[in-house]
Amino acid sequence: MAPDPSAPPRVRFHRIGKRFGGVTALDDVSFDVSPGSVHALVGENGAGKSTLMNILAGVIRPDAGSLELDGEPVTIESPRQAQSLGVAIVHQELAIVEHLSVCQNVFLGRWPRGRLGMIDRRRLETETARLFEPLGMTLPWRAPAGALSVAQRQMVEIARALSQEAQTLVLDEPSAVLTPREVSALFGVVRSLTDTGVSVMYISHRLEEVFEIADAVTVLRDGRTISTRPIDVTTRDQLIRETVGRELSTQFPQRRHAIGEVVLETKGLTAVHRFDNVSFTVRSGEVFALTGLVGAGRSSVAQAIFGAIRTPRGSLRIGDTAGPFRSPRAAQRAGIAFVPEDRKTEGLLLERSVRENLTLAYRHDAAKAGLLSLKRERRLTRTMIEEHGVKTASTEQPMSTLSGGNQQKALLARWLCHAHRLVILDEPTRGVDVGAKADIFAMIHELASKGAAVLMVTSVLPEALGMADRIGVMREGKLVAILDNMDRQATQVAILNAAVGEDEYINAT
Amino acid sequence: MPIILLALVVAMTALTGGQFAQVDNIVNVLRQVSFEGAIAFGMTAIIITGGIDLSVGSLVALTGVVGAVVMRQTGALPFEVSIGAGLTAAIACGALVGAVNGSVVAWGSVPPFIVTLSTMLIARGAAFIVAGGKPVYELPEQLITLGRGFLFEGVSGRLVPIPVAMMLAVYALFGTLLARTVTGREIVAVGSNEAAARLAGIPVKRTKLLVYLLTGAICGLVGLMHVGKLMAGDPKVGDMWELNVIAAVVVGGTSLFGGRGTMTGTLLGALIIGVLNNSLNLLHVEHFWQKIVLGGVILAASLADAGFRRLEGSRT
Repeated sequence: MAPDPSAPPRVRFHRIGKRFGGVTALDDVSFDVSPGSVHALVGENGAGKSTLMNILAGVIRPDAGSLELDGEPVTIESPRQAQSLGVAIVHQELAIVEHLSVCQNVFLGRWPRGRLGMIDRRRLETETARLFEPLGMTLPWRAPAGALSVAQRQMVEIARALSQEAQTLVLDEPSAVLTPREVSALFGVVRSLTDTGVSVMYISHRLEEVFEIADAVTVLRDGRTISTRPIDVTTRDQLIRETVGRELSTQFPQRRHAIGEVVLETKGLTAVHRFDNVSFTVRSGEVFALTGLVGAGRSSVAQAIFGAIRTPRGSLRIGDTAGPFRSPRAAQRAGIAFVPEDRKTEGLLLERSVRENLTLAYRHDAAKAGLLSLKRERRLTRTMIEEHGVKTASTEQPMSTLSGGNQQKALLARWLCHAHRLVILDEPTRGVDVGAKADIFAMIHELASKGAAVLMVTSVLPEALGMADRIGVMREGKLVAILDNMDRQATQVAILNAAVGEDEYINAT
Repeated sequence: MPIILLALVVAMTALTGGQFAQVDNIVNVLRQVSFEGAIAFGMTAIIITGGIDLSVGSLVALTGVVGAVVMRQTGALPFEVSIGAGLTAAIACGALVGAVNGSVVAWGSVPPFIVTLSTMLIARGAAFIVAGGKPVYELPEQLITLGRGFLFEGVSGRLVPIPVAMMLAVYALFGTLLARTVTGREIVAVGSNEAAARLAGIPVKRTKLLVYLLTGAICGLVGLMHVGKLMAGDPKVGDMWELNVIAAVVVGGTSLFGGRGTMTGTLLGALIIGVLNNSLNLLHVEHFWQKIVLGGVILAASLADAGFRRLEGSRT
């Protein structure tokens, strides 16, 4: 079905705004999604895509602005209500109950009932088959869903959305976990859906896919809509420029320091089911970025070096200390600092004070023979707060009251109050506002200039390109390329080539 | 929070028409809460790490019986030696069982509820076996001082029962441990966010082992003093103590989710329950109703804790 220009938009976002504490997640976001079209949503991590989709799904409420569906103003207050309004989302983490059969998963919680309130299995199967028919595929309906591949699980979720008569389907980075063949099958399904009038909102990092499948594209950056255009008047360069936004050279500090001897060396490091045969070195004064698609194993490598994940095979060396380390504690003693990816679940004691959080890694600094001096501890905390520019009312404030950027700085301060041979930062700018980002980049720069080896895990390519001297790219648990970036000449295209796989990339363009 | 509750409960004692406020009665209340109160400090440390220990009551019986048997065997020796041996044996036995609890929780990754439910049964059975199915008598007669004696009796009269002094000493020790030591900081961190604690270089498993071990050791101390009180090593004692102890900790404001709690809160919690029971007794309230009141107080305290959590959560 060709989009009908006279029909009201399927979804209209009108001046949507949302703040979390001190961080603006969305600001004045407006665009329309036409009925029966594929509308791509692109933007860096933290640009606000997930927040916007969660608003559409009724998971969070906007602070400002309004939503319209098919010309009708709506307030979506719960996921249940979103469902009844015909909005369905297929998340990256698929909601599949593994021990239930495929068709039971499709009708999860809404099984057709027969006599005595038992599930009517025959009707369940015929209705499932009917749903899959327009998708042009069959699955083993009676098999447990746990036996399905990731791509098949996605299809189950899409079928579930269709069974609820969804008119708006959001696909959140569906291709991140798919092989090229599975992606083209998915695109076939998406096209047959739009033919029946369903609107598909397609979130993706892969611009090639956007050009292949989308009818229109909206770019989000720092919580704002930068542009909305039909795809046939959009160029690739335009999208990249608008996604990345600011000039890279002004955002990142200029590198001046010299690179010294090898600090970290891994050889054939392997962790079962996570990563395989990873070998690389990081030198003193060097910033090494580790990047790759979601699930490629970058964070696991970082955690393994810090002793948080067992590595049964391979060797690891920090200076003259041989690893792998059996615990984070042992890694810390060998001179490694580690700032984890998810500060809320892996980093902070949210209900405890800023002071207790900041002194946690080096808690012995304020103690003599195991006995703490609270006075000394407060003094140490104040020094750390000043040095790292953590904004907090007092040292006794609960950590949960700080903004995302200040929580992240606090986490950095916890470790950087001591010198380390190797500093590992996993997604150091996730959920952090632009100002705090610049501060964090400056901190990283200073670390390297003082002679630390810095290993930075990041999914934000401009960050890798702007900060790192070398960039390691991971794909499916393997370190597939190490790009030289001393002169900041590496490109996003080169990284993506390695991350996605050469053939695939060429096929897509 | 617990201090307000204690004030309310104490105000309520006015209903007893001054009977509560008698010095004798207050000393009595303190003595009644001293054994379970002392264990509650260990339990607080465990609950702050996110754990629980159901074996404490059985452990009081087992350690008491073990101590009693050792004292009977060494009855021919001078009483100081015999009692010292009994005390050492009881504390060592408690620490050992505590270490088993802690090790299985930490390295076996079994939920603390299940681990200590098992050791609760095992310790109770072992107590009966060691005692031969009946109370152990023929103990050094000086032992009674530990259970019923008074500190500084010559100076201040019968004001400070030895069990009360013991409870206050354990309070001081554990209060310092939790608030003023690196170990205390580690205990709180483990309960507040275990993954973060581990990634901050805290020995999470060792910390868990420690809190169960210390609690077991207190059970040993209490177990032997309780033998002194009864002048018998009775394998039946300590029944339901684990629940009274947990009640004191919860009423004292320690969160069962871990990461938050204080020893002073637990002291107040133990006192609240003690004062409540005592004044209900003085008012001749039927025993059955006492249970209902106590249950209501625990429920109210937990609701207050949950409300506080929501308040904290809404700020993030």
